[in-house]
Amino acid sequence: MNALYSELQWLPRAPQEFTERLKNLAHSDDPPGRALKALALHALDLNQLTKLAKAIETARTKACAGGKSLDPLAPFRLAVLSNSTIDLIVPALVASAARHGISLEVVQPSYDQVAQEALTPDSKVNSSKPDAVLFALDFRALPLKLSPGDAEASSAVVQGAIGYLQALRGGIESNSNAVCIFQTFAPPPETHFGSLDRALPGTLRNLIEGVNREMAEFVLGSGDVLLDVAALAETVGLANWHNPQLWNMAKFSFSDEFIPLYADHVARTIAAIRGKSAKVLILDLDNTVWGGVIGDDGLEGIKIAQGDARGEAHLAVQRLALDLRQRGIVLAVSSKNTDEVAREPFEKHPEMLLKLEHIAVFQANWNDKATNIQAIAEELSLGLDAMVFLDDNPVERGLVRKLLPQVLVPELPEEPAYYARTLAAAGYFEAVSFAAEDLQRAGFYQDNAKRASLQRQVGGVDAYLASLDMTITFQPFDATGRARIVQLINKSNQYNLTTRRYTDPEVAEMENDPDVFTLQVRLSDIFGDNGMISVVVCRLGGAEAWEIDTWLMSCRVLGRKVEHMVLGEILRHARAAGIRKLYGTYRPSGRNKLVVDHYARLGFTKLDEDGLGLTRWEFFIDGAEPETAPMKAVSQGFAAVGEKARA
Amino acid sequence: MDEPQVYARLTQIFEDVFDEDSIQLTSELTAKDVDGWDSLAHIRLILTIERAFKVKFSTSEIGKLQNVGELVALIKARA
Repeated sequence: MNALYSELQWLPRAPQEFTERLKNLAHSDDPPGRALKALALHALDLNQLTKLAKAIETARTKACAGGKSLDPLAPFRLAVLSNSTIDLIVPALVASAARHGISLEVVQPSYDQVAQEALTPDSKVNSSKPDAVLFALDFRALPLKLSPGDAEASSAVVQGAIGYLQALRGGIESNSNAVCIFQTFAPPPETHFGSLDRALPGTLRNLIEGVNREMAEFVLGSGDVLLDVAALAETVGLANWHNPQLWNMAKFSFSDEFIPLYADHVARTIAAIRGKSAKVLILDLDNTVWGGVIGDDGLEGIKIAQGDARGEAHLAVQRLALDLRQRGIVLAVSSKNTDEVAREPFEKHPEMLLKLEHIAVFQANWNDKATNIQAIAEELSLGLDAMVFLDDNPVERGLVRKLLPQVLVPELPEEPAYYARTLAAAGYFEAVSFAAEDLQRAGFYQDNAKRASLQRQVGGVDAYLASLDMTITFQPFDATGRARIVQLINKSNQYNLTTRRYTDPEVAEMENDPDVFTLQVRLSDIFGDNGMISVVVCRLGGAEAWEIDTWLMSCRVLGRKVEHMVLGEILRHARAAGIRKLYGTYRPSGRNKLVVDHYARLGFTKLDEDGLGLTRWEFFIDGAEPETAPMKAVSQGFAAVGEKARA
Repeated sequence: MDEPQVYARLTQIFEDVFDEDSIQLTSELTAKDVDGWDSLAHIRLILTIERAFKVKFSTSEIGKLQNVGELVALIKARA
């Protein structure tokens, strides 16, 4: 699991053409701030960070010369004082800061000049008037004389170290009045006695622990800022963090493997100082807040119970969301669902930790999520850059990233057990202080929030769909697909026009029935193969007419115009078979309100409606040209025109 | 991995580390011949190579390297 941290796995992988995009940037006349931030929002390795930093420096010099800024990146000058080699870290800091909306300028004095720089009024650091000074010290910077078993001497050593740090702070305070960022110290993995080190005063581990504790106290009390490097090192493992070979060779205080991680932590701390941390967590529901799909699986079918491995993973997401809310983070919901269906678990499921009263804005509808998130931001009167959107579906994540690049969208691993950890590791809600009003904040937004209206659609959905590089594949029913066809026919509730259930033998029969036209539909996109996502059954119904007996689709591919493509395919085969008219039926099941307008949207004409909401529709095939969607269509396995009918 | 394969992968790594896409790797090439190949870039280079080829070099091996030819020999001995 260390890769989560060392490879920043909550960020999307860097694009293949990363270097090329950087190069193009240099020759472009557009304001570069936004493009630089977009590139920084990937998981970058040390070499990529170094290149990006170079591009940022170049862009800044160019912008400065023209009297411009790197907007939306906010300028920040950071002086770094260290007892180790930070030359490879500095570019990583500059690049990672752009990820967090900061145009970072680093002031770096000569190697190991910590005290001189802090205490001399006209030193390089003090005369540069930095916004903040980072004391990037590791334990080797402190005079930690070992005194095993001697409590008095041990306490004196700790006080000596704290006195040294406070003197550094005093120097900066009186000479440049910058904010001081202090790092806790990561103890080395080597012990003196073994386990006894923890308890015995005067061992290295014990001394470092004492310094960390006292330092945390004085930092919290003084308005300075703490960067918990000790916690970071413990998270990835002390033996991984400390690399004696690199220390000996080049005075690196920790392994190069964690430079991207460390730099991101410094950057998020600076962003927090500038008030740029996120304030809202927007949750998807199906397969994020609970396991399964409420519209299909129902209240009894979703996984959310203690004692169920899948359910506990999603409970951990709920617990993390509640913990965040307790410290003032606002919670919202964006789900593709019918509103009352989506609310049901919150109201009725006994194991749900999240209740409706915790959610400031609840958006369950069938709009695209970018539109919903924009509505949530407006409803809360907060910027899009204050929003974090958690969704298990890579297509939804991609859409939101593309249309609303300001929104923070973590990548999630396959395994739901790691959802909560991944969200926490991303550090979107980093805070450098905590005040009583923070406790009230979530409630405040909630009181003011009412259900947002969603009339406007975010533009560019079609362009996004095109970028998904989708391929839709049509086949008639066959033995290979049968198991999945039967499963879809018996499980789909929401996007299901008639909710007719068929058994395996019944489906097998359709494969050979000349009066039945069948479709199994698969969809793949850049994220992979979605498998079979739609099923259609048409029966000969009167002269030159097909009756659409069954039309269902997986909600996972909703909003991609798959239904338009399916209609096009039906028409193609209908024409070939000499069919001139289609009849469609919508049978309300209590779960399929989603498709009440399905036929209307596809251009069918309503024939009649009964008292229970059942509607009948017709469609004339001659000359009809249904809307197409940006995807490649493949038909395979169909008999030549009319062959099956003749058979 | 044979020598041409090592050179091909190394060329990509050099381009990545030195942000320069016209580096011609020869066995005689030394740090003096490449712009920006200072002691720190050298460490970044070695660390990138170690990760890419999944090998680890000892401090003394790294210290003894004189030119690209020796580097290739070292990688071939390990990878």
